[in-house]
Amino acid sequence: MKPEELEIKAAAEIAKQQAFDARLVCCTSTGCQSSGASEIVAGLKAELKARQLDTKVQVTGTGCMGLCSKGPLIRMTAKNQKDVLFSDIKPEMAKTVIDNVVAPVLGGATIEQPTGDLEKHYLDLEEPFFAMQDRVVLENNGRSDPEKLEEYLAHGGYQGLRKALTMSAEEICKDMLDSGLRGRGGAGFPTGLKWDLTRKVQSDVKYVICNGDEGDPGAFMDRSVLEGDPHAVIEGMLIAARAMNATNGVFYIRAEYPLAVERIEKALRQGRAAGLVGKNILDSGWAFDFEIRLGAGAFVCGEETALIASVEGKRGTPRPRPPFPAVKGLWGMPTCVNNVETLANVSRIMLRGAEWFASKGTEKSKGTKVFALTGKIKNNGLVEVPMGITLRQIVETIGGGTGTERKIKAIQTGGPSGGMIPEHQFDTPVSYEHLQKLGSMMGSGGLIVIDDKDSVIELARFYLDFCVDESCGKCAPCRIGGTQILRMLDLIVEGKGTSEDIRKIRKVAKAMQKASLCALGQTAPNPILSALKHFESEFTERLQPAETAKA
Amino acid sequence: MSTPIVATTVKAAVPKPAPAPKDEIAVLAQKWKKKRGSLIMALHDLQGRLGYVPRESAMKLGRAMDVPLARIYEVVTFYNYFKLEAPGKYIISVCTGTACHIKGADQLLKGLEKELGVSEGQSTPDKEYHLQAVRCLGCCGLAPLASVNGKVYGKLNTAESHYVIERTQIDKPMVNAHEEAAAE
Repeated sequence: MKPEELEIKAAAEIAKQQAFDARLVCCTSTGCQSSGASEIVAGLKAELKARQLDTKVQVTGTGCMGLCSKGPLIRMTAKNQKDVLFSDIKPEMAKTVIDNVVAPVLGGATIEQPTGDLEKHYLDLEEPFFAMQDRVVLENNGRSDPEKLEEYLAHGGYQGLRKALTMSAEEICKDMLDSGLRGRGGAGFPTGLKWDLTRKVQSDVKYVICNGDEGDPGAFMDRSVLEGDPHAVIEGMLIAARAMNATNGVFYIRAEYPLAVERIEKALRQGRAAGLVGKNILDSGWAFDFEIRLGAGAFVCGEETALIASVEGKRGTPRPRPPFPAVKGLWGMPTCVNNVETLANVSRIMLRGAEWFASKGTEKSKGTKVFALTGKIKNNGLVEVPMGITLRQIVETIGGGTGTERKIKAIQTGGPSGGMIPEHQFDTPVSYEHLQKLGSMMGSGGLIVIDDKDSVIELARFYLDFCVDESCGKCAPCRIGGTQILRMLDLIVEGKGTSEDIRKIRKVAKAMQKASLCALGQTAPNPILSALKHFESEFTERLQPAETAKA
Repeated sequence: MSTPIVATTVKAAVPKPAPAPKDEIAVLAQKWKKKRGSLIMALHDLQGRLGYVPRESAMKLGRAMDVPLARIYEVVTFYNYFKLEAPGKYIISVCTGTACHIKGADQLLKGLEKELGVSEGQSTPDKEYHLQAVRCLGCCGLAPLASVNGKVYGKLNTAESHYVIERTQIDKPMVNAHEEAAAE
């Protein structure tokens, strides 16, 4: 494909969509698929066809629209009509949707708020859950079909790559550095800097790896991005490859995400056929292609050196750094590992400029962050918010509180590597620095809410048990330390613990943080330490009776 | 007059000699051997076909790919995804990610253990069901949830173990979701 063909194809797709009077998009991500999304799409199509309305109304799938607990969601876009969103749609409701909304709109009516059978399914897009979000990474979710390249092109797809192809590797790295984008996998290392380090290493072979091994239990941002906008990740990787003169790309995706794998494969096939992936990309003479490797269920593989070992077909154990992967990575070659969400930001930054991105967020944390909001919260699902928003705004305004008569007690960000943040600290703005100061971390974006009935000891034990189970066993601090803390924690849970145990937990935790080989061991004590810091009384209450009396 | 038609019918009814059954493992080893570091992908392929990694198949794969058996076991035992024993026909996976944990995945799992009469990680004696607890399935908005042969059932009431088992009647047995992925 020649660069100018991008606009021609985009214009053709826009014209095609505008020829329809209305467009219905239904979320077809894993969650909504399990509730019959494919049947809904098929049902709507069949019903429209039967009424000979299929030339007037387009029906298509789309990526996650966020409110997963109320899925499947359908969004209707029509001329002279504001977008309408419906929740909890069932396959048998196709007729109702068309009768109550689609047919009247086609007849010239404007629907403010539907009545009748659909009334309780109506969702107001002005509600804070939608209105307070700022969608950059998820911008195509809810408007384009992830399985169609043309729809991605219609929204400026591959224009970022086109621009990157006219720039030098150094310029791309500088742009990324200026934008302030930091790794969305959790650690927050500046992406531009990471690229620049890899760029400076001379080598004939260099790898770019997309880390799609979303290990945090309770997080699904990366799955949603891979499923909902696969081309954005591919475009991001191509730009990354240009920025460091990389030669090969690898997608490392969890085997538990078959739909994400399928969508990436499909997108790669489309890209190759269109001349956007593979040989002679955008008629520039540059060639770059990808391989897909599946994870096999190991949390530690989120750590980049362990991930690289896994791509090499070995046990996923980390190794000491330096040498960093930028110098010696996959097969001993310079390698850059980037997270899915990071890569999805890249094409948008390229297209709209570093300044645009840097205008969002706080001084040191730019852009937006996608969170998977789950646990005891009313609006369960995926949200993308600008950095700097307070935790309270996310949990209470966007999330809608617990939705029950119970009160929110705390949240946990960063999954098993993060910490608990009690309710009285919810006015903290979301940024890498602020969350770290609270003893937690940004993490990949899991945000779990617990209410006043939930036990923090129980949650801390859950995470610790997870880390003990997932420890690769290579280094002693992580392997032995985790098990010992878990043993002492169990004594406390059983009412046999002493204050000496609490003291020892803190001591072992410190050793793990300082001496573990990789981030898994270094961060594994975070949940328990934060629980002890903010809710120590819950622990002391459960000590041996003699001890409790003393306390 | 209608003889030719009869003849055609007869001809079509004669089955062609079936091609000699290809050795599946040799085929997949051939496919992956060319690619460096593809042992995990070959194992995904193998487990996708057989449902687990039997010792004989692992030995065969090792010979065909020039990988020592010890290395195969090193990998298979490291990753949670690989199984060394034959699972049941219907694999019921209860998600035990954080969101499901908070919403009562334990009770759901206990209910299923009781109903099936097996513990987590075991198969029923008739090899119909295999019950396992898994890490996050990534559909946290629908917690608590379980999947049957890869199909997800969300927003389960924690006492709905029976419902999950009923679903198995409708679903197909073990399918290979990664066959295509591996073929790339």
